[in-house]
Amino acid sequence: MKAPVSWIKEYVDLPADVTTEQLTDRLTDLGLKLEAIHSAADAITGPLVVGQVLTMDPEPQKNGKTINWCTVDVGDANGSGDPQGIVCGAHNFQPGDLVVVVLPGGVLPGGFEISARKTYGHVSAGMICSARELGLGDDHEGIIVLPADAGKPGDDAFEVLGLREEVIEFEINPDRAYGLSMRGIAREAALAFAAPYRDPALRDVPEPNAEGYPVVVDDPVGCPVFVARTVTGFDPSASTPGWMVERITHAGMRPISLAVDITNYVMLETGRPIHGYDLDKLQGPIRVRRAVEGERMTTLDGNERTLSPEDLVVTDDSGIIGLGGVMGGETTEMSRATTNVLVEAAHWDAVSMFRTGKRHKVSSEAGKRNERGVDPTICPAAADRVVELLVELGGGTAGPGVTVVGSPPERASIKISDDLPARVSGIDIAPETVVDNLQAIGATVDADADGLTVTPPPWRPDITDPFDLVEEVVRIVGYDQVPSVLPREAAGRGLSRTQRLRRRIGRTLAGAGCVEVVSFPFAGDATFDALGLPADDVRRRTVPLANPLSAEEPAYTTTLLPGVIKAAARNIGRGAPGVALFETGTVAFPVDRGPAPIYGVDRRPDPAELEKLFEALPRQPLHLAVVLAGERERAGWWGEGRDAGWADAIGLVRLLGAELGVTVEPRQANRMPWHPGRCAVLVVDPSTGSGTPVELGHAGELHPQVCAELGLPPRSAALELDLDALMAHAADVVPGPAFSSFPLAKEDVALVVADDVPAAAVEAALREGAGELLESVRLFDVYTGAQIGEGSKSLAFALRFRAPDRTLTESETSAARDAAVARAAELTGAVQRT
Amino acid sequence: MQPEEVDAARDAALAAIAAAADLEELKRVRTEHAGDRSPLALANREIGALPPQARKEAGQRVGQARGAVSKALAARQQVLEAEHEARILVEETVDVTLPTDRMPAGARHPITTGSELIADIFVAMGWEVAEGPVIEAEWLNFDALNLGPDHPARTMQDTFWTAGEGDAESGVVLRTHTSPVQARTMLSQEPPIYVVCPGRVFRTDEYDATHSPMFHQVEGLAVDEGITMAHLKGTLDHFAAQMFGEGITTRFRPSYFPFTEPSAEVDLKCFVCRGVGSGDSGAPCRTCRGEGWIEWGGCGVVNPRVLTACGVDAERYTGFAFGMGIDRTLMFRHGLSDLRALFEGDVRFTTAFGSEL
Ligand SMILES: [Zn+2]
Repeated sequence: MKAPVSWIKEYVDLPADVTTEQLTDRLTDLGLKLEAIHSAADAITGPLVVGQVLTMDPEPQKNGKTINWCTVDVGDANGSGDPQGIVCGAHNFQPGDLVVVVLPGGVLPGGFEISARKTYGHVSAGMICSARELGLGDDHEGIIVLPADAGKPGDDAFEVLGLREEVIEFEINPDRAYGLSMRGIAREAALAFAAPYRDPALRDVPEPNAEGYPVVVDDPVGCPVFVARTVTGFDPSASTPGWMVERITHAGMRPISLAVDITNYVMLETGRPIHGYDLDKLQGPIRVRRAVEGERMTTLDGNERTLSPEDLVVTDDSGIIGLGGVMGGETTEMSRATTNVLVEAAHWDAVSMFRTGKRHKVSSEAGKRNERGVDPTICPAAADRVVELLVELGGGTAGPGVTVVGSPPERASIKISDDLPARVSGIDIAPETVVDNLQAIGATVDADADGLTVTPPPWRPDITDPFDLVEEVVRIVGYDQVPSVLPREAAGRGLSRTQRLRRRIGRTLAGAGCVEVVSFPFAGDATFDALGLPADDVRRRTVPLANPLSAEEPAYTTTLLPGVIKAAARNIGRGAPGVALFETGTVAFPVDRGPAPIYGVDRRPDPAELEKLFEALPRQPLHLAVVLAGERERAGWWGEGRDAGWADAIGLVRLLGAELGVTVEPRQANRMPWHPGRCAVLVVDPSTGSGTPVELGHAGELHPQVCAELGLPPRSAALELDLDALMAHAADVVPGPAFSSFPLAKEDVALVVADDVPAAAVEAALREGAGELLESVRLFDVYTGAQIGEGSKSLAFALRFRAPDRTLTESETSAARDAAVARAAELTGAVQRT
Repeated sequence: MQPEEVDAARDAALAAIAAAADLEELKRVRTEHAGDRSPLALANREIGALPPQARKEAGQRVGQARGAVSKALAARQQVLEAEHEARILVEETVDVTLPTDRMPAGARHPITTGSELIADIFVAMGWEVAEGPVIEAEWLNFDALNLGPDHPARTMQDTFWTAGEGDAESGVVLRTHTSPVQARTMLSQEPPIYVVCPGRVFRTDEYDATHSPMFHQVEGLAVDEGITMAHLKGTLDHFAAQMFGEGITTRFRPSYFPFTEPSAEVDLKCFVCRGVGSGDSGAPCRTCRGEGWIEWGGCGVVNPRVLTACGVDAERYTGFAFGMGIDRTLMFRHGLSDLRALFEGDVRFTTAFGSEL
């Protein structure tokens, strides 16, 4: 909301020494937040003058545009008094019009310097300005055409346009819709400085009578008040006076025609949207009703709209003539030929306005006010003010008829204890202050033994609850009065177990040289195609978004791999020789138990209802993804570097397992986007887990096609794990280990097995066969070659034996070794190499 | 051997020992002067052949001489060994300025470490860290927080909706704030409640230097008997001082949020110019753009309607809530000019934060 300071001051007598900064500081403290103070003059360097268009010759251009070659009288402002030749792309003016001209040497907002330059075959010496070019608003539809009496050629346009006026831009919160009017802003200014206030909506209005234009309201809930007045003999050629153009422009709206400008002016002044009809186009009585499903109308923005039974419409005998409170219709629109006007000032139900605006995607100044709530009591005054201005500025005659249908809805009063503001704010606020402050915002307050009964003022539809009144009292006392006191110390339990484990996982990965990234969790078919996921892959079943930002990624992702891979490729592309990245985050899998119910809010949903709500949500496990691309260890004076590979990925999983006390076992697997022969599924060791193996995820080398497609170096590796599943298996209370300090006995064995026998199986067999004396077993070499023969490999294991209570004899050790080898032979066909 | 010859042999041995320059030479000297064929060893052997009277005297003399030689050898050995070891250490000197970055360093993301820093500040006050799902029920994200279907504020937040079956609405959104976690906490536990909720949230903003469709928030909720705005102010002042340094406080301005009443905007005293608005040179402070204060977040007293919808006795308890953007906080705390740096994944960005956060 933009408000010229002079307009605010029309209704409040501020102390003379109050600066604009002081005013905005106080208003911000009261809840009308300062966005910016504008003075258009600050951003413009002259010469900026009034010009009169003498000639304009339209010249079509090859690019399809038509430009106007104009001569403009700028008086003596150009030093010569000769007409100024200017090229102009706008068409909303004609010879004789007064326009705003910036001459060469001038600078417009944004540092846009004006000079005489050759363009479209002419030397254009200056520019005819639009409101936007002068920083007066967003309107770029055409240049500013000044009223005929605005001045004469060569006059200083800063003065004519009021560019030196300070305009305050406020950010108006939804609960302070009254701040969308000069009336409301001035009232707050008066409150801020305890200054005298004149309510522009407080005026004597004529009594309703039977001679008014006939109006029938079928839906008094949707439209509780409808006031209609008429003005006849209005001069359609009358132009809007400069002061009104200036104020409307400063407030961010665009002057259109006198009649329309007056309705907008009164809306800005009082906050009450007004609609004007061309009286001669109306046929029969006006009727307000809800639309019938499928009814159609064309609003004055030219859009044909199909209506819903929730929309409120204004009709006459010809059919629908307006979308009530939101936008008028084309058929009864005022035009530059309108001489007889019907003025509508109606109060509309805010919820209905909000829904209609949303349904038809209409955002208008009127709608913005109507949907937030307008003072329902000022319809007669606002209509009367419009009539007054139409008569005064347009030479019309006020019709004798005054139609008033309905009356403002009853306002419920609110009970409040007079110590509630103090109890809620923590400020010591006396009961008298509570009453004073509530009266200061315009509320009626009755005090009795039970406390206060407060009726909020009609322009404050937002105030419905005791706590709303608390805010009003406290903002006037001042938020700066709130003391700073720590609440009592809470008996918290610290971080939860999973919170601690998550931190540990992150630190472990960072310690292992991985850098964390944060990616957007959106994905689509193209994402999954790039990963080579088969058509029936579970990861292709996503939770779709109704309004995705990009059609390429229309769903919440089921895998974190695309994000880390993209980031890795970006790093590689920026010259990194290698990169190890990780990301943790939730992914989503649909559960098909929707839709999630919407309950009331007057009570807590019962446990069954809550259960139903929670069940409708997608399953959202916490995942971890890691990608290891390119150089993993650098080359240096110590020797060669080393690129990342499948073993690094599986090694990281084992590292995390060790950190969390979970034995994670890799098993051969085949799953995209991994290399079919170099992918492991990671399972939690059934012997330490719940009994049935749980799959945590996959790790290994990425498929060569995926690397090529996504810009990763060959043999890049990756892993993705379900961290919820991993953390669920984390060791709880670990029993203290007991170990022997008797001497260690070492035995190394080399076993030949078939190529397809997993090393882990051989190791498990050795472990099983070796018995209790075995302390550890570790594979330390793999050999394939001529000495072993085709289709076989030799695995060398270091067996370490130790007894808890004695030094082992040589025969005990070799017996245990032989038993281990025998078991391996039995289970895996292993043959000991000699 | 004559006594003079014994003395001469001893002196020759001691001189040779003293002259031995290294362990090699000392080994040779040992063989020559104390070995089986050395003069003193031969003299020792001769003693047996002497008459008993002379035997004692000669034995004593030779024994003393050999003792002196052996002692000198041991002493010299020790000296030379020490010298040898010292020389090896010198020879083993390396250039300690050589690079040692065989494995590049990893790092956690500043959003993660920043969230943990914030969580730790509150955990130290006895608060707990509450969490909830990112894809959330519409009822919890909006209705329970006094944002009814027709609430104008619902349009202030441009929401990602999940698609329902056919034309039906799913009733499920990507949460637009972490407030539904507050609702979940109140629904699942009795007051007193003191929780912070850091997390990821979504709005349909275009992605640019200061907006992102995904960002991070931290919200706090306290529900207890006798909670007031003063406790809110005290908590935020404490938070500000922990996060930005002693003496950094907050101020409130009236605002509007459906879930709080009264509501306030929270400004943070600028931690660079400490509220002055300009630096030593007099130029406007770049962190606060000369304002002296930085917009930090929103807060207020929990609207009793929210307490009621979440099953908290609004007659008995009051609460306060606050929320601020983690990404935005990191931006001004670290002087970042482009939000997108947080989500690009460039390792040079992330590793730069080290352990500061
Ligand atoms: Zn500053």
